[in-house]
Amino acid sequence: MLGRRGRDWLPALFVLVAFLGLWQAIVKGAHIQRFLLPAPTAIWTAFSSNQGQLWHEGWVTFQEALGGFAIGCTAGILVAVLVARWDLVGSALMPYAIAANAIPIIAFAPITNAWFNPLTKTAHMVIASVLCFFPVFVNVVRGLRSVAPSKIELMRSYAVGEFTVFRLVRVPTALPFLFTSLRVASVLAMIGAIVSEYYGGALDTLGANINQDASLFQFEKAWAEILIACILGIGFYLAVALLERLATRWQPRVEMLGA
Amino acid sequence: MNAVSIKGISKQFKGGTTALEDIDLEIEHGEFISLIGPSGCGKSTLLRIIGDLIEPSSGEIQVNGKPARQARRDHDYGIVFQDAVLYEWRTVSRNIALPLELADWDRTRRQKRVDEMLELVELQGFGEHHPWQLSGGMQQRVAIARALSFDPALLLMDEPFGALDEMTRERLNAELLRIWEASSSTVVFVTHSIAEAVFLSTRVVVMSPRPGRISKVIPVDLPQPRTQGTREDPRFFELATDVREALHLGSGDAPSLAEGIA
Repeated sequence: MLGRRGRDWLPALFVLVAFLGLWQAIVKGAHIQRFLLPAPTAIWTAFSSNQGQLWHEGWVTFQEALGGFAIGCTAGILVAVLVARWDLVGSALMPYAIAANAIPIIAFAPITNAWFNPLTKTAHMVIASVLCFFPVFVNVVRGLRSVAPSKIELMRSYAVGEFTVFRLVRVPTALPFLFTSLRVASVLAMIGAIVSEYYGGALDTLGANINQDASLFQFEKAWAEILIACILGIGFYLAVALLERLATRWQPRVEMLGA
Repeated sequence: MNAVSIKGISKQFKGGTTALEDIDLEIEHGEFISLIGPSGCGKSTLLRIIGDLIEPSSGEIQVNGKPARQARRDHDYGIVFQDAVLYEWRTVSRNIALPLELADWDRTRRQKRVDEMLELVELQGFGEHHPWQLSGGMQQRVAIARALSFDPALLLMDEPFGALDEMTRERLNAELLRIWEASSSTVVFVTHSIAEAVFLSTRVVVMSPRPGRISKVIPVDLPQPRTQGTREDPRFFELATDVREALHLGSGDAPSLAEGIA
């Protein structure tokens, strides 16, 4: 009935069901307070009775994440191409980019909410795009520069110009690096949008509602909103992973969702 | 006009190493020349100078009657490295077609030539495979097919079989000779292996290091076409011994034991 693929997923599915069952049992059995940890069934009730509103909130937040992702990644790619081409620009900018990649950019959220109106999508898109920019930039530069010298030597024997070498050799070499960073960026974009909304988001955003519901002790609803965030986050990641598989079909497959 | 004309070529690298000193060599069309010598004798450097991938410090080099730079621009040679250097994102067919794409051949002509090349190196049916699906020997055959795809007059090879096991190496030697006869190109072949140099060549150029120079040129008068039987010919062993002794003399090693015992 289930194909071989289906059977591969069964152990993981079993773990999920067991985990939920254990959670339910512990909460009910130990009479854990609602504000500490609601039961899965309570979360599900909150989820299904507010579905319309929850999906709407999720969609608004997702738009911010997607917009930030698109802007940040595009900018990262463009600047990376410039940097890889002109060594001088590279040595000037790379140290800062690598440092920026390591700092918690999300710490700037209250600042960007002061610069831009936090009730609009723009403020949160800004944080999301900055979060996406640095990993994409650093990784694409690495990818463009990581070509084995013998591959370039081969191209020299064909007497072709620099742009042809870039197009035919450097870009395909950089693609796996690019997609790894895109997967990372998709996660960061969602984090950026939601956390930025914690510090001031419109009433129809996910982050603002999680924050508000938690402070009003409506924890089942807060968990339901977190569930939506998880679904959207995972969906985004998988969409990028699917794009990666389509674009780099020539890569030998080692594992499905590995980094 | 010779295929390759090398006059007084020298090369100093930054830092003072003299890779090559005053090299003179004339290679006629249709020859199979091996460059053999220990590490540091400059054989790979010389090969790259012929291919205009390295610039000489002094001297003159003509390929096909033109300066080496012009020959490179005119795609007069194909080159095969020790590492096959195939592009992983391209199939075998598209790897072989790479120089043809760069020369703006149209699709039909390209496909036809790729099929001919696959047949030549006996890899029919592997066109849609990717490089990682092939063994080392097969990858090198793809690299050879690619180097020959545009019918160059000259083939430059830098230890192409160095990374392969002995049996695959001997088999590919025979295949290379078959291809050489079929295409009547000139081959300059860098190798570490004495047996390989003698088996393949019309002349063996023995080089020595510090500074890199030609110490001896040994013509190989074994009959053509060479077969596996050639490797067991007594003349094969004589020539291999000549090459070995020239190598030892060149590197300043002690003379052979037979001569040492008074």
